[in-house]
Amino acid sequence: MSTFSAAIPGKPDYLSDGYGLKSWLLTRDHKRIALLYLASITLFFFLGGVFALLIRLELLTPAGDLVSSETYNKLFTMHGLIMVFFFLIPSIPAVLGNFLIPLMIGARDLAFPRLNLLSWYIYVVGGIFTLTAAIAGGVDTGWTFYTPYSSTYSNSHVVLTALGVFITGFSSILTGLNFVVTIHKMRAPGLTWFRLPLFVWAHYATSLIMILGTPVLAISIVLVFLERVFRIGVFDPRIGGDPLLFQHLFWFYSHPAVYIMILPSMGVVSEIITCFSRKRIFGYNFVAFSSVAIAVLGFLVWGHHMFVSGQSVAASVIFSALSFLVAIPSAIKVFNWTATLYRGSISFQTPMLYAFGFIGLFTMGGMTGLFLATLGLDIHVHDTYFIIAHFHYIMVGGAVMGYLGGIHFWWPKISGRLYPEWWGRVAAVLVFIGFNLTFFPQFILGYLGMPRRYHAYPEEFQVLNVMSTAGASILGVGYLLPLVYLTWSMRYGPRAGPNPFGAKGLEWETSSPPPTENFVVMPVVDEEAYAYAVKKSPSHV
Amino acid sequence: MSEGQVAHQFDDARQQQETAILGMWVFLVTEILFFGGLFAGYTIYRNLYPQAWVGASRTLDLTIGTINTAVLIASSLTMALAVHASQTGRRKSLVGFLVSTMALGAVFLGLKAVEYAHKFQEHHVPGPHFAYSGPDSTHAQLFFSFYFAMTGMHALHMVIGLALMAWLVWAARSGRFSPDYHNPVVVGGLYWHFVDIVWIFLYPLLYLVGSR
Amino acid sequence: MTAVTFPLFPDQASSNAGSVDAIYGLMVLLTVFFSVAIFLAIAFFAIKYHRKSEDEVPPEIHGSLALEITWSVIPLAIVAVIFILGAKIYIAASRPPADAATVYVVARQWMWKVQHPEGNSEINELHLPIDRPVKLVMTSEDVIHDFFVPAFRMKKDVLPGRYTQEWFTPTRLGRYHLFCSQYCGTNHSRMIGWVEVMEPSDFERWLKGSARTESMAAVGERLFARFHCGSCHGDGGSAPRLAGLSGRPDEAHLREAILHPARAGAKGAMPTYQGQMSETELLQLIAYVRTLFPEVPR
Repeated sequence: MSTFSAAIPGKPDYLSDGYGLKSWLLTRDHKRIALLYLASITLFFFLGGVFALLIRLELLTPAGDLVSSETYNKLFTMHGLIMVFFFLIPSIPAVLGNFLIPLMIGARDLAFPRLNLLSWYIYVVGGIFTLTAAIAGGVDTGWTFYTPYSSTYSNSHVVLTALGVFITGFSSILTGLNFVVTIHKMRAPGLTWFRLPLFVWAHYATSLIMILGTPVLAISIVLVFLERVFRIGVFDPRIGGDPLLFQHLFWFYSHPAVYIMILPSMGVVSEIITCFSRKRIFGYNFVAFSSVAIAVLGFLVWGHHMFVSGQSVAASVIFSALSFLVAIPSAIKVFNWTATLYRGSISFQTPMLYAFGFIGLFTMGGMTGLFLATLGLDIHVHDTYFIIAHFHYIMVGGAVMGYLGGIHFWWPKISGRLYPEWWGRVAAVLVFIGFNLTFFPQFILGYLGMPRRYHAYPEEFQVLNVMSTAGASILGVGYLLPLVYLTWSMRYGPRAGPNPFGAKGLEWETSSPPPTENFVVMPVVDEEAYAYAVKKSPSHV
Repeated sequence: MSEGQVAHQFDDARQQQETAILGMWVFLVTEILFFGGLFAGYTIYRNLYPQAWVGASRTLDLTIGTINTAVLIASSLTMALAVHASQTGRRKSLVGFLVSTMALGAVFLGLKAVEYAHKFQEHHVPGPHFAYSGPDSTHAQLFFSFYFAMTGMHALHMVIGLALMAWLVWAARSGRFSPDYHNPVVVGGLYWHFVDIVWIFLYPLLYLVGSR
Repeated sequence: MTAVTFPLFPDQASSNAGSVDAIYGLMVLLTVFFSVAIFLAIAFFAIKYHRKSEDEVPPEIHGSLALEITWSVIPLAIVAVIFILGAKIYIAASRPPADAATVYVVARQWMWKVQHPEGNSEINELHLPIDRPVKLVMTSEDVIHDFFVPAFRMKKDVLPGRYTQEWFTPTRLGRYHLFCSQYCGTNHSRMIGWVEVMEPSDFERWLKGSARTESMAAVGERLFARFHCGSCHGDGGSAPRLAGLSGRPDEAHLREAILHPARAGAKGAMPTYQGQMSETELLQLIAYVRTLFPEVPR
């Protein structure tokens, strides 16, 4: 049993602890920083969504008749850049990780609170650079910046955008650094590694990737920058540079980056499944080790983005084998989550609906990843809509659903209010349906041969494109709903107790919202994670 | 932060110290990966164009490079002595060694500037004005690209290191450090040693490619 | 509105399309199987173990090593099989048959220039005879492109500064899409064309009928003379006669030798010819040089 920290009258919760812009913009409280991130990430999410909307509108008709080709190319580039670097990569770690990790380990804050605030400012500055580039005319290289198009031929704002991404990368590195050191050094007494919530394990693994991978992206961007600005040719074939070197450097980060985007969601799903089954996660050790295995193996597979790029056959064969291997720990997690439901006590609140949706869509998306790891098959589907469908199944069907599930699950803790349950479920179902309608047709489109990044396409692809756009409109509504009702709940939602869902975990042992110092009495841990079968403490509702 | 004070998120000074040091080590790992990308590219191209690499490397000023290496190693010595002084509470020595480290760092950067100026005059700077008469000049330009990118990145880190040192000097003179609290000095020392080690790799890779 | 048919596959028009579709079908079945299995398991458990009262205390189950091993080993075995099947197709795709005809492709923003060895050239179209393997030797004059024919289940990136290859054997008459499938700038989606597969007799007729200059090798022979290659590589020259050189006479190796002789292992004083001829001329020269090697067809 861990000690419970009730809110003490007179001691403010973190939301009331200081008003005014300065108390927010100069805060060192990890919980307030999490909310700063929440605001900016939400902004970028909807901005990226607007670009997606325009793309899908253009693709309603085979001809490129809504916008010019140049504009279209900028639209998909900005959509990708914003969604990857300014939404997906920060999302769960910077919002939920920042908010919850100190709470979950029984600490007063992260190891380096000022660094935490700095990382938000770095993120904002990077975002401003990128938005400036967008307003000044945009960039049209695709989010992947392949050379020599990006380094020599593109006439768009490559340098400005590259700077924006470069700067934001440091935000990611600092967040990862903060998490790794915090988890190593600041766990409450009695909280051994194998008593940690799986959310923490997932973020530890994610942080390893942030730390080791992001710097390589930074140097790739520096080299593209040097080539463009100073005409120093590293990737320029005319002086013996190799455009493939860029691809290797870029994907060395950007493949592990996708695990940055999915591991935290998996951590969220573990927390949700265990709470709404009221049962410990089946195979805790295996789930924990799988997170780390995914992080490690994820660094060894980048060449699967380059099977048709001119890479050697031997390299491709090795990368293919390793790519199949990295699927196994993910499969292990899916099986363990499912097994957790066995003989559980299952309830279907909104977070659980998102968790179920995650498992289903991640399974499909993950298995289509196997299609891509299959060498002979990838030759055909590489750079087609098949890939687009695959990564949206993982990123949106997986990561975003995990994000939304987590936002809803910890909303009472973060805001001190309950979200409207009925609306929550409606939105979850709309998101699920809209998502599948948007992206499933794209698998078919891809196998039929429709390449990605196409402004105009042959007529025979129109029906599937129209279906996809229709789904996107439903998906858009599904995303707007939480924006509305969560905002509404901050003022009008019923007040939440410390543990509305009856969950296990140190974050639920303090008030909703928590005091600035997180706990009135610092906890001491003497039980395993998710010890539901133990006699309930009075803190459970 | 004055001596003995522990930040609110920590339980005690020991946790604070261990955390600070672990934090700097993790940061240095990211720096290894950052420079690692450059080293990887260098290795690939050196393997492909060995003649260009040998010829271009020979145009670098070996004397300056060697002096600079000695200068940096000496600065790591003074830095280590500074850390020791902070651990034993000798404030004057601490300030003195920090200032010596800064001076040596400044000498390094000054010599580097001289080298860059020479390269500029010889038209060995990659880009539209590049002119090189050695073997395989098309690929020699690649060598110089890496030379400037790697030493430039290194120099940038040196400048940041100098700024760190300046702050440490100011903090030391204000009496912030004591045997009980001197984490910033230790952590600054780690950073400085790292920047030195990067140069230890750069020196042979850039200056010693062909025998002379 | 479009026709009633709702295709899920492009036409199978090459010798390997069937095997690619077969693996695809296998993977679809596996995906459906596992997705449905997980979905059913979740639905079944969720309904059967639906929370009936707030006081329920589920049993404490830590896990099962036996299950973990089972559901690690079986997926591992399955993916191992798939890996092997896929690798086989890929490796075969990287080995054009010795008797494959060679067609040269030069890509640039935003068009495809196709050169038949007989001298015919086409823009954004590729005419081929059925049932004969053909190897494309491709390069780009600017950025990275990709020559993608969905009906052949084949694509390969086309790079500046080097040659890449893809090969296929068309097995079905018809007209098939050609797409650029590596984003290459503004008109990437308009860098498309057609591959036309014809009966061999129709193809011969097309060869003779369509606009052509001399064969590539004939033009290449004149380039060989223009650049005085024979002064070193011919009789009485200081360099080895080309046909006597060991080493594979493939296009990539020859390109390296002409543009970067030191790197290609050419000893002595062979100068570089970089910047002295266009990509097309380089291909013509290489086409000629290859005729000097006895074992190379055409």
